[in-house]
Amino acid sequence: MLTAIVDYSSGNLHSARKAFEKISVSNNLGSVVVTSNPDVISSADRLVLPGDGAFPSCKTELLSSEAYDAMVYAAVEKGRPFLGICVGMQLMAIKGYEYEETDGLGWIDGEVCKINPTDKNLKIPHMGWNTLNIEGEHPVLKGIFTGDHVYFVHSFHMVVGNRDQRLAYTDYGTDITAVVGTENLLGFQFHPEKSASVGLKMIENFLSWSP
Amino acid sequence: MLKCRIIPCLDVANGRVVKGINFVGLRDAGDPVEAAERYDKEGADELCFLDINATYQNRETTYSMVQKTAEKCFIPLTVGGGVRSSEDVRNLLLAGADKVSFNSAAVNNPDVISESAARFGSQCIVCAIDAKAVSSGKWELFTHGGREPTGIDAVEFAQLIEKKGAGEILLTSMDKDGTKSGFNLEMTRAISDSVKIPVIASGGVGTLDHLVEGVIKGGASAVLAASIFHFGEYTIEQAKKHMDKAGIPVRLER
Repeated sequence: MLTAIVDYSSGNLHSARKAFEKISVSNNLGSVVVTSNPDVISSADRLVLPGDGAFPSCKTELLSSEAYDAMVYAAVEKGRPFLGICVGMQLMAIKGYEYEETDGLGWIDGEVCKINPTDKNLKIPHMGWNTLNIEGEHPVLKGIFTGDHVYFVHSFHMVVGNRDQRLAYTDYGTDITAVVGTENLLGFQFHPEKSASVGLKMIENFLSWSP
Repeated sequence: MLKCRIIPCLDVANGRVVKGINFVGLRDAGDPVEAAERYDKEGADELCFLDINATYQNRETTYSMVQKTAEKCFIPLTVGGGVRSSEDVRNLLLAGADKVSFNSAAVNNPDVISESAARFGSQCIVCAIDAKAVSSGKWELFTHGGREPTGIDAVEFAQLIEKKGAGEILLTSMDKDGTKSGFNLEMTRAISDSVKIPVIASGGVGTLDHLVEGVIKGGASAVLAASIFHFGEYTIEQAKKHMDKAGIPVRLER
């Protein structure tokens, strides 16, 4: 079994690779590659789309990457398990409004807007450990409970149109979407690879998930 | 609710953890990778490596130390010390850092922050501010491990680097560092109130109450300490429990 972490020149893939490799090896869940190679991506058993930085530049990089068509093919046509992380999750939305209005992949009914907490003393970015409020059941959330901490770092967040697709949120002066999902597609706003044992458990769940 | 972060800082020289007073008189405090693993297990919220005598020659030591730590610790890792360009940021990220901290280079050329933030995102760009009180309510930036005064006002500089795209400020009081007499609370409050981005208070922690003051009086989003953890005076868990009792939200294992 092969998990492909899609490399489209966005940010730091190293941390994600380390965490997925560790869990794959210790649970015998196949191998992990960081790649932009379309042949590898279209034949991978599961896909991870990380992302750091701004929505428009990540979208531009993704669209111009040789990985793009193969990723869409594997995720949409073949229905392989897909996990977007941070901006990788945000890209799954219909639109983003960071700097300028930008179309997303349109896989999740949501829009990515600036975090606007009611308490103006709250710092932006939302950076650090915050607690999950689990709203929906999902195999990838098995063994994860409301009150568990995960590590966030972002200034924009996804506001979902279809509440059924929001599986968990966190509170930062407003509801912040933490997990979205529909069918084989899943997204985490936080960084599971930096979220200690809770994050590693979710990675393990994702690597064992067959939608 | 977002938790206050407790960050043990490992000042590293030639591949060893060291700690001095007011940036001089260094004392050996062990192997950085072992220390990082211990702090990770104890529930540290992040780790910070500062390569305090970064030179071209010992860069490779730093990369290998970062790499070894990143293989074992699944919490955010910030690396700083001698970072000069967005290329240095790239190399440290590739070695396994999650955030990279600029110091002197950003003072000489604040555009290095905007260039790096544009390339890698603000979330991984930290700017360290080392400052000393020069008069009442005025703090001045110092560079080169506290040896060089710059004439730059610390509050104005904090606002400048926020505009340039820094994601976080690591604020060290040079008067307090290593003295164990507590953070410079007035400076921490002044900087924290002047920017939207999170401020990490650093320099001077000697007791667990100092950590509490940094958050409540100083307005810091995170607190960083070195010697109280390195020499076994307190564990991260003790620090967190103490802060929890004082009403500060912290991440405790369920």
